[in-house]
Amino acid sequence: MSALVEEPEVAEQSDVLAVRGLTVSVRDKVLVEDVDLTVGPGERVGLIGESGSGKSLTALSVLGLLPEDVHAKGSVRLAGIDHDLIGADERQLARIRGRDLAMVFQEPMTALNPTMRVGDQIAEAMLIHRTVPNRRAARTAATALLDRVQLPGVARAYPHQLSGGQRQRVVVAIALANDPALLICDEPTTALDVTVQAMVLDLILQGVAARESALLFITHDLAVVATICQRVLVMYGGRVVESGPVHEVFTNPRHRYTEGLLAASDLDSAAHRLPTIPGNVPAAGNFPTGCVFRTRCAHATDICTTTPPWTGSASSGFACHHPAPDLVALETRRSSREVADD
Amino acid sequence: MVLRLVERTAVLLVSLAVSSVLVFGFMAVLPGDPARVALGVNASDEAVAQLREQFGLDRSLATQYFDWLGGLLHADFGTSYVSKVAIGPQIFDRLQVTLWLVVVGMIVALVVAVPAGTVMAARHRKISGLALSAISQLGVAVPAFLAGILLIMLFAVKLGWLPANGWTPPASDPGMFLRQLILPALSLGLVQGAVLTRYVRSAVLDVLREDYLRTARAKGLRPFPALWRHGLRNAAVPVVTVLGLQLATLLIGAVVVERVFVIPGLGSLLLDGVSNRDLLLVQDVVMLLVVAVLVVNFLVDVLYVALDPRLRVGQR
Repeated sequence: MSALVEEPEVAEQSDVLAVRGLTVSVRDKVLVEDVDLTVGPGERVGLIGESGSGKSLTALSVLGLLPEDVHAKGSVRLAGIDHDLIGADERQLARIRGRDLAMVFQEPMTALNPTMRVGDQIAEAMLIHRTVPNRRAARTAATALLDRVQLPGVARAYPHQLSGGQRQRVVVAIALANDPALLICDEPTTALDVTVQAMVLDLILQGVAARESALLFITHDLAVVATICQRVLVMYGGRVVESGPVHEVFTNPRHRYTEGLLAASDLDSAAHRLPTIPGNVPAAGNFPTGCVFRTRCAHATDICTTTPPWTGSASSGFACHHPAPDLVALETRRSSREVADD
Repeated sequence: MVLRLVERTAVLLVSLAVSSVLVFGFMAVLPGDPARVALGVNASDEAVAQLREQFGLDRSLATQYFDWLGGLLHADFGTSYVSKVAIGPQIFDRLQVTLWLVVVGMIVALVVAVPAGTVMAARHRKISGLALSAISQLGVAVPAFLAGILLIMLFAVKLGWLPANGWTPPASDPGMFLRQLILPALSLGLVQGAVLTRYVRSAVLDVLREDYLRTARAKGLRPFPALWRHGLRNAAVPVVTVLGLQLATLLIGAVVVERVFVIPGLGSLLLDGVSNRDLLLVQDVVMLLVVAVLVVNFLVDVLYVALDPRLRVGQR
């Protein structure tokens, strides 16, 4: 990954995206429950968790592209849009999608129309929202976007003539075509070879930095979050269990799930056998009552059958009855004691 | 792309050759001597032998086959054993009639199936989609000749809007031509359309599940425009396959429908040929139908390449 952009000071008050009390359900099963999430202007927020934790559903709810039968409740507000995105009709949502709010999906091999030249697919994104005056301008802009993602001269190629990494760069170009206020990336590099992952991530970062777009980055890869995000939300069982600045959450996890997740991925060394979290993520909608993690948690007690309250502030906190010790606080206490001893 | 075209052409030529042998061979092994049929059972053996010589039936089968094939290649269909009239002009006369019927029937089928199948797929969980599904299911179950009879009863007998049968060449009276074409074309096309609707529905359903349709929606296209711009061309590939196969059914359906509507088409000619034991005529008509089906399937193959760029091998 190349040099990271300078961390901008984020204005808290005017969030680009504000999700409040998002609950996603299919028939009687609740898949995502009471998720709060904000992304400030130009902010890069990571959303991490295992598969089945509700990350993708959260993203699709924001876009209003949930599968049939899956319904979202709550509130999703986007800066500059005077209505809630939840419950908005197709016409309203279509005007926002691709213009203010863009998305890069996980699977680049199937994300592009196989019967359409990639240049036309990029140009279309601009023509739909009339952000370019005419077809020729759209074509020129598409070529420029392709140059920007280091794919010069492929405008007339069909998707099958490109590799997975190249296709994902085309998808990124489509998503960035209209300079969106918020770019959502759902595991954009998971399906790619390790060698091209870094390049695609780099292009996404450069793209959002150049446009001052905010980024909501969904992944299960902690290392990726550590490199590109400023703030992180940890999801488990359809809920946000912990959130905060990346360095804080990663160095001083409080929720027992976050703690286990970090131990299992061990960003520092792989010399010893990695600890794992016992058990599996329950099937969607079959999470236990109370604390969703209690069936896999070594610290669980009877109190965990009640839903743990949120501790901390809206942008930094956790929901756990038996949080891991606050290492920072311990450290501070110890050093102050040492000072006192001297 | 060129390679594929060459390959497809080769396949077409081989299948044409094989099918011509089959058609000829089948007619040759059929019992019944055309010369005896032509002269009647009381004819003397010498007379029959003389006629056989005249028809060229005394020659070896191979000679007869190549003679027949050579003629076909020059659009010479030979002379009928029964009526002693050249077969070629008759076939071309009748072919014009049947082509109208088949082409208009196909258009009816497409006009019905593409919108109906698309709506059925897009609304497959809603009442409107289910209702359309039920109607098309009913359509599949109705044979073309029954549809024809029902249409005649309703529009010709009861309502008196359209003539019940008959045929007028388009050149002599275009108005009458159209009025007489409507019912037979509908009875062919509606039934085929009902079948085709099922295929369009499943093809569109498949496409609706595709990721690129979600990408199109994420770009800001509403569901139907997304389906129109990104879905239909992809859904067309399986539909075109069925369309090619259906053309064969349509040709056969035309044989029956021509009977119902008293239309002097290729089907009537074929049936007349069969009942008159006019073997060469039957052989020619059957061969023509086979050629039509093979050529259509060849065109379908070529159309795939136009529809799906992934099939254009050897191109960057």
